[in-house]
Amino acid sequence: MSPDSDVKTLTIDEREVSARAGQTVLDVARENEIPIPTLCHLEGLSDVGACRLCLVEIAGSPKLLPACVTTVQEGMQITTDSERLRKHRRTILEMLFAERNHVCSVCVANNHCELQSMAQSMGLTHIRLPYRNAAYDVDASHIRFTVDHNRCILCQRCIRVCAEIEGAHVWDIMNRGTNCLVITDLKDDWGASTCTSCGKCVEVCPTGALFNKARVGSPHPKKPEFLPYLNLMRNA
Amino acid sequence: MSRTVIIDPVTRLEGHGKITIMLDDGGAVENALFHVTQVRGFERFSEGRPYYEMPSLMARVCGICPVSHLLASAKACEAIMSVRIPHTAAQLRRVLNLAQLLQSHALSFFYLASPDLLLGMESDPTTRNVLGVAAATPVLGKAGVALRRIGQTIIELLSGKRIHTGWVVPGGVTEPLTAEKRDSILALLPEALRDTQMALAAYKQIADKFKQEIEVFANFPSNYLGMVDSDGSAVYTDGNLRLIDQAGYTIEDDISAIRVTQVFGEAVEPYSFTKFPYYKPLGYPDGCYRVGPLARLNIVANMGTDCADKELKEFKQLSKGPVESSFFYHHARLVEMLYAIEMIERIMADPKILDKHVKAAAGVNRLEGAGHAEAPRGVLHHHYKVDENGKIVWANLMIATGHNNYAMNRGVLQAARAYVKKGKFTEGALNRIQAVVRTFDPCLSCSTHAYGQMPLNVELLNSDGEIVDRLVQG
Repeated sequence: MSPDSDVKTLTIDEREVSARAGQTVLDVARENEIPIPTLCHLEGLSDVGACRLCLVEIAGSPKLLPACVTTVQEGMQITTDSERLRKHRRTILEMLFAERNHVCSVCVANNHCELQSMAQSMGLTHIRLPYRNAAYDVDASHIRFTVDHNRCILCQRCIRVCAEIEGAHVWDIMNRGTNCLVITDLKDDWGASTCTSCGKCVEVCPTGALFNKARVGSPHPKKPEFLPYLNLMRNA
Repeated sequence: MSRTVIIDPVTRLEGHGKITIMLDDGGAVENALFHVTQVRGFERFSEGRPYYEMPSLMARVCGICPVSHLLASAKACEAIMSVRIPHTAAQLRRVLNLAQLLQSHALSFFYLASPDLLLGMESDPTTRNVLGVAAATPVLGKAGVALRRIGQTIIELLSGKRIHTGWVVPGGVTEPLTAEKRDSILALLPEALRDTQMALAAYKQIADKFKQEIEVFANFPSNYLGMVDSDGSAVYTDGNLRLIDQAGYTIEDDISAIRVTQVFGEAVEPYSFTKFPYYKPLGYPDGCYRVGPLARLNIVANMGTDCADKELKEFKQLSKGPVESSFFYHHARLVEMLYAIEMIERIMADPKILDKHVKAAAGVNRLEGAGHAEAPRGVLHHHYKVDENGKIVWANLMIATGHNNYAMNRGVLQAARAYVKKGKFTEGALNRIQAVVRTFDPCLSCSTHAYGQMPLNVELLNSDGEIVDRLVQG
């Protein structure tokens, strides 16, 4: 492969940047310190384009495309911030808040929640959609951890870290739409599942959906920084 | 023609209440009811939540006394876990509860009650509020603000947050106390003691002017319920309950939290969302009782601290048996504030107060647990049942204001009979009827805090329900 074909040149927000072939728009933007909001993306895990917050405009495409799973092409003209994008991102966020119960005041992840921080950074002060107020289950059967589906945004980080890093693939997803749930094994109780109790899923969960029982009441910051390190060790 | 007088909302209370006074054909008071007009639903919507989330969830019941809910709830959870929390954690929680007692009593006395006491029941309603007090007696106004600030600051120093802290958790507390924070707490106490002693002296000077109110402000024999230490001294966080009768004799003693539902029942009346607890062997309503500062001082043999014990002796001189007029809740509140300040100082001197071991860990070891604590307004009880994974399947709360519900209703009727004559009432008379309720300092919800002059709408209805007269203020 010639060096020419390996390097792509493109513009992001009218800034000329170069990228390696196969890189995603999100990777290139972040390399160049151009911010794009994300919730499901996590450094060290594969991308699935679940949250749609990283949508960007690409000249010539009528559709908005998720930056985390869109690979760069030669001559691409990408816009990461526009009135249209801000409107869509805000609506996505509002839908996340309206779909399940995200009352921060009694949430274990309060002040350490990526959804909460995202809402604050976007200046979200109210939700225009009616709250569904649906009651989802809480699985407290695991001796150390709890999953509260009411706070789950279906980012699937837990599924990916369990399969890709821990290699256990205990977590998966079932159903569609508002019935969609992350599950352990074949929807067995977490405590009765084949879970290795490594706790990686808890550390990568962006909200209070997965939490450590022992940390209730204490600040519960998640620590997903271990992922790139683990990947590095694996590839060494 | 019989008529009905409605006072809605009752002002300078925590939350929303309404009073209905029913007059007979001759204009005499036939009956009077105190209604609590809101329903909260905490017991229902906590079902399905993990038990370890309950303290922070239940603290949201109230913005004035969240600490009591935190403590009663955490203790109920610890009963489920079957753990004894570390000594230091227990001591720190006691300080937290006493700091709340201080700030809540300061709020009740200075902000809500003192406008009546210092400015007069008949004074101009437009200035009969805490700002009016501050203008008339700046020293007392400042003391009120300072005492509330000191109580809240101690809560913040201990727990990181003035309201709805997550510091109290099942098993203890999340963070130990630092030496700097201990010193900061101790530095606040001398000012608090001075201000409370000044308020107590001011109260004693004016109390004589209220002979008529003392006579009819829920002044009747009743039973009293409160927490007491095994040696008969005052205790507010870790103790069992004692019920005494109108003569001061103990009816039932050493009532642990888990026994509360065996001993006490809860009656329901159609006119109020607040329940009416009663002592089961005596039935409803004979088994009703009073809780809170008046009840506690009637029950305890001593407070256990120097200044408060001197004041308790003087308080007990007010009557041969238990002190009966609810007007003296104000007096009792000030004595308790003294106690809180002295006891915080004593606990802070505990050599183990800075110990780092402040939390015990355990899972579900019992499927049922109950806990109680003295809230500023009286005994607060939380009782939970969980499944084997620790999810709440049933919850019941008995709140201090509920315990006092029957007495408040009787008090309102007593005052209405004294002040509404031949169907005629004045603004001062209506204020006195509300002031009866204020003596109990009921906490009807956390959602509304009365400040200054709240709107008051009094309607006079004839037997057909038509409005014949209306008095609107605010």
